[in-house]
Parts: sequence; structure tokens; C-alpha cells
Amino acid sequence: MADAAPAVDQAAFSEWLQRMGDNCLILGHRVSEWCGHSPALEEDIALANQALDLIGQCQFWLGLAAEVEGKGRTADQLAYLRDAGAFRNVLLVERPNGDFGQTLMRQFLFDAFHHELLRALKSSSDPRVAEIAAKAEKEVAYHLERSADLVIRLGDGSEESRDRMEKALKALFPYSGELFTDDAVDQAMAAAGVAPLPSSLKPAWDRTVSEILAEATLAHPGEVYQHKGGKRGVHSEYLGYILAEMQFLQRAYPGATW
Amino acid sequence: MEKTPHPDIPEIWRWLSEVPDPEIPVISLTDLGIIREVAWREDTLVVTVTPTYSGCPATTIINLDIEKALRDRGIEKLRLERRLSPPWTTDWLTEEGREKLRAYGIAPPIDGTNADGRLAGRVSRLMNGSNLTIACPRCGSAATEKISQFGSTPCKASYRCTDCLEPFDYFKCI
Ligand SMILES: [Zn+2]
Repeated sequence: MADAAPAVDQAAFSEWLQRMGDNCLILGHRVSEWCGHSPALEEDIALANQALDLIGQCQFWLGLAAEVEGKGRTADQLAYLRDAGAFRNVLLVERPNGDFGQTLMRQFLFDAFHHELLRALKSSSDPRVAEIAAKAEKEVAYHLERSADLVIRLGDGSEESRDRMEKALKALFPYSGELFTDDAVDQAMAAAGVAPLPSSLKPAWDRTVSEILAEATLAHPGEVYQHKGGKRGVHSEYLGYILAEMQFLQRAYPGATW
Repeated sequence: MEKTPHPDIPEIWRWLSEVPDPEIPVISLTDLGIIREVAWREDTLVVTVTPTYSGCPATTIINLDIEKALRDRGIEKLRLERRLSPPWTTDWLTEEGREKLRAYGIAPPIDGTNADGRLAGRVSRLMNGSNLTIACPRCGSAATEKISQFGSTPCKASYRCTDCLEPFDYFKCI
């Protein structure tokens, strides 16, 4: 089973797997920044648990990326020893946490995409991809349930919570479009049946987002300018700061373990 | 010199059934349903383990505990393998495990309470409340409410009983 390589360019496949892993890794790191700082203990615990899920999923994706790459690197080396230009996460997940509303809105916009993607990946032509997706999908269903619930409660909440959610939506929606852009790597994956084209997930995402925003009494931003670049390694200045913190230990003490 | 015979497989399962889960020590690893296979391959004992949640921090400890338990029983050649598929589900918790959880103060999972990913159904459930009752493991009351879908470990949610007023953990469905 482990040798079931798809009829697909292995370099493109590894690149695609790094995108999967990097989205989980960077969002997981961002969410973990809340640990000990959340507005309520339950929220602190919930965010820490989601960060754990994402980092765990990242280990599976980057582990497979390293295996497919075939250069003898490990998931840890990919996570800790690549520079910003080699990271393939979308810009959305590296956006700063901001306030709690901004963190939740970012989570919701991503979860709605992530869940749809994982559901589709369960029928990937590559059994290794399918089994990671099947596991992750069950966890991400809980993430989406929670972020959707909180977007509704805070959007349709007090004057202040509503105001903050409106601002969060306005600030983050222009980073949601990159989730659905197709490039040559995506086309190669789709042709081999490994993954759906990102653009094919957009209608379902639109339905989810419209439904929840309506429930939250938040106005849908509609068509707005969309920032892109993370998928091909062109990042915002924020990623460098994330990596500086995340990679410090392995850079300062190469090979350190505990 | 006569070769010592391998301990038989049911015996090894019995040993594993005595290894407690590191985070909820009242149940064993076999109660949890994460040990998927135990088999001799030539001279090597292969134990196949599936993780509960992708990022469960107990995974490493669980592997160490399995290794220690088997080495203590004299198993020398041992290999642990990870299996992701089919993904772990709370359906694999044994009946005995569920009773142990309840006695310990953790409500065991109830079918149908997992996040199903179908948004319309979920939203209406969020609005109207679930029709499935999680009974308080202390007083048995059905008057309970969810505090958070995420609890003290990845596998649990936080609930509260509105009769005896105690908060409790619910081992959530996945
Ligand atoms: Zn009670």
C-alpha cells in the first residue's frame, strides 16, 4: 500500500503535499499562540486542542511529502529548516491573530474550505492521501462546527461583538480567494485523481459561508480584491516572524530532541 | 539448545489489556480500541496501533508504555507499526471501557453526537439543541448542557449538569 505511487509527477505531488502540511502547520502555530491568553478557559482549551489536531495532521502530510520527495528529508526538517520562500501555505493562515473575533473568522473561512477539501480527498487515487484525509476530516468536522457556531453567536451577539466580527470579515475575506486558485500543480493532481481542483470546492464553500454569515446577521462582502502568493512561496512579512519563533530551537541547537 | 516458544497471541492481548491509557488511566489501551493487531512475524512481535486524534500528545507515551509492558514480559524483538486506516472511532471503545469511564466520572460516547459535517443539520441542531441526551455520570440526570466541544484532552468535550451542578467530561463521538 505504501508504494502505491500515483501516475503523477512526484515533484508536483510533493509540492502539493507541502501545501497541505504547511496550511496545517502555520494555522496550528497561529492558533497555539492563544494558549494561556484566551478570553475564557474553555476557549483556551478548545484552541489548544485544535492546534494539536492541525499540527498532528501536518506531521502526516509533511511526512508523506518528504517520502514522496525522496531526498531523505523528514517532516521535522521540512517544518523547521525551510525558509519562508519554501513555505507553501496560503496567506490566510499566516494573518495575525488580532482579537478573538478575527481568530475565529479566519478559522471559520479556513475550516469551511478544509472540511470540503478533506471530504473530497477521502476518494483520492492515492491511498496514503485518502487515509490521512479520512482521519483528519473527522477532526475538522468538529473545528467547523465550533467556528461556525461562534461566528453565529458573536455576529448575532452584542453590539461590540458584532462590530468586531464585521471588521474581521472585512479584513480576512480578501484572503479567502487564494484557497480556490488552480495552478499547474493543482491541475496535475486533479488529472491523476489525487485531489480535486481547488476551484471545484468553491460552490460548496460559498453555500456554507453564505448560510453561516446570514445566520450571524453579517453582510457578505461580495466580490472584493483577493490577495494571492502564499501557494507559490510569496508570503506576507508575518510568516518570517512565525518562523523565527517556530524554528528558533532547531536553528540554534540543530538536531535537538527531547 | 531448545528454542523458547513465543508467548501466544491471546496471552499478549491479555498483557496489553493491563496497560492503562496514560491520560485516562481508568481504561486500558485495549478498552480504547487503539491496538489493531498483534502478530508474530518470524521472531519479531509486531503490534499495530492507531492514533486516537492526529495530534494526541499521548501517542508517544502510549508507544513507550506498550514497549515497556512487553519488554517487561520478556519480549525482545518488538516492532510497533502505525496504522491510520480505518481511522479510529469511539465505536471501538469496549462495553467494559464505557462502564469504567462512567464509574470514573466521564460520560461515555453516545452514537449520533459526532460532528457530522452536514452544515444545515448542524446549524439547526445548534439552534434547537441536540435531541440526544448526555446523562450526568455522577447523578444520572438528563438535565445537562454542553460547555465546549473541546475538553481537557482531544477526545473529550466539557459538559455541566444543571441538577447536581457538577461539570463533567464527555468522551465525544468521533
Ligand atoms: Zn449531575
